[in-house]
Amino acid sequence: MAETIQLEVMRYSPEHDAVPSFQRFEVPYRKDWVVLDALNYIKDKLDGSLSYRWSCRMGICGSCGMMVNGEPKLTCATFLSHYAPDAVRVEPLRYFPVVRDLVIEMTDFMIKLQKVKPWIIRKDEKSIVDREYLQTPQQLDAYKQFSMCINCMLCYAACPVYGLDPLFTGPAAIALAQRYNIDSRDQGAKERMDILSQHEGIWGCTFVGECTEACPKNVDPAGAIQQYKLTAAKEWFKSLLMPWGAK
Amino acid sequence: MTPHETKGAVQYTPYHPRWYRMRVSTYWWLWKWDYLKFVLRELSSIFVAYFVVITLLQIHSLSRGPEAYARFEERTRNPLMIALNAISLLFVLFHTITWFNLAPRAIVARVGGKRVPDIMIAGSNYVAWLVISAAVAWFILR
Repeated sequence: MAETIQLEVMRYSPEHDAVPSFQRFEVPYRKDWVVLDALNYIKDKLDGSLSYRWSCRMGICGSCGMMVNGEPKLTCATFLSHYAPDAVRVEPLRYFPVVRDLVIEMTDFMIKLQKVKPWIIRKDEKSIVDREYLQTPQQLDAYKQFSMCINCMLCYAACPVYGLDPLFTGPAAIALAQRYNIDSRDQGAKERMDILSQHEGIWGCTFVGECTEACPKNVDPAGAIQQYKLTAAKEWFKSLLMPWGAK
Repeated sequence: MTPHETKGAVQYTPYHPRWYRMRVSTYWWLWKWDYLKFVLRELSSIFVAYFVVITLLQIHSLSRGPEAYARFEERTRNPLMIALNAISLLFVLFHTITWFNLAPRAIVARVGGKRVPDIMIAGSNYVAWLVISAAVAWFILR
């Protein structure tokens, strides 16, 4: 008989359930299978009603983030062999409202992301024919790490601050704000500072550091937030010493 | 424009299926060792503050002459105070080491276009700690 592995999957139907429950599935165990392969097997062969998000299955789209044995993971990059022969418990991303089964409601993140203006802001927009905004490899290197974020929200599921205070802007949004702040082509740092230096912005972070541990793209959001705190503190100190300085 | 259209704005219907919201347990910090380590690190600040107060009291009694200092020593000699000081020392060491190790994450220094390696930033903190401790020890023990 072929080897199998147990999957405990959280189920929640908004029409029928007051609280979620766990359903056990037995799926074939293959060394090259990731948790997402097992979920796809369930959907195809065992229970078509199972709902979850996925798309690229190669760690680029950021859709398939779930809690695997209590840890936020991209299920397309989490191998069953890591847990076998024990059962694997799959739950929706922590701290987000659950829409159905493993599907979470992410509007909160989308609003926060937009709030920090994660795009290049220019005071003097040049026309395309004028010239490009050139950048040296060193200037690129300054922010490249933070630009690797795929908006998978694993860092939010790892962050107890976000769990306890849903108003907290959160790791990914701040890291992406910082990504544009230190981009040599950007001139919007002041605009972002007003949003990020609020209590719900950077100062909400207590540097638990778990966002960085959870990040599948090595973005280091915790580092980005602390670096931003340092910048904000310096700016505050400067404004204290030179209150007449141009704002 | 139909009657129920709002002028200018796109509005989403507030109706949606009932979401399930998980409550965060009061004991979330017991879920994993890293969370507990974080809470202990935060807690260590209380002991740092305690050390500051006890040091200020010590200096204060020192400034009031040998008798006052002897009274201070007498008070701190009881086993309860020694135990409290020993626990505080452990927490202060934990506080110092964990924060020194985290310093490179917040400080991005560049020399010649290259980022200074983490070990250099954390290391300079440790070196400063050692030098200052040695200076204090020399001052007291000479």
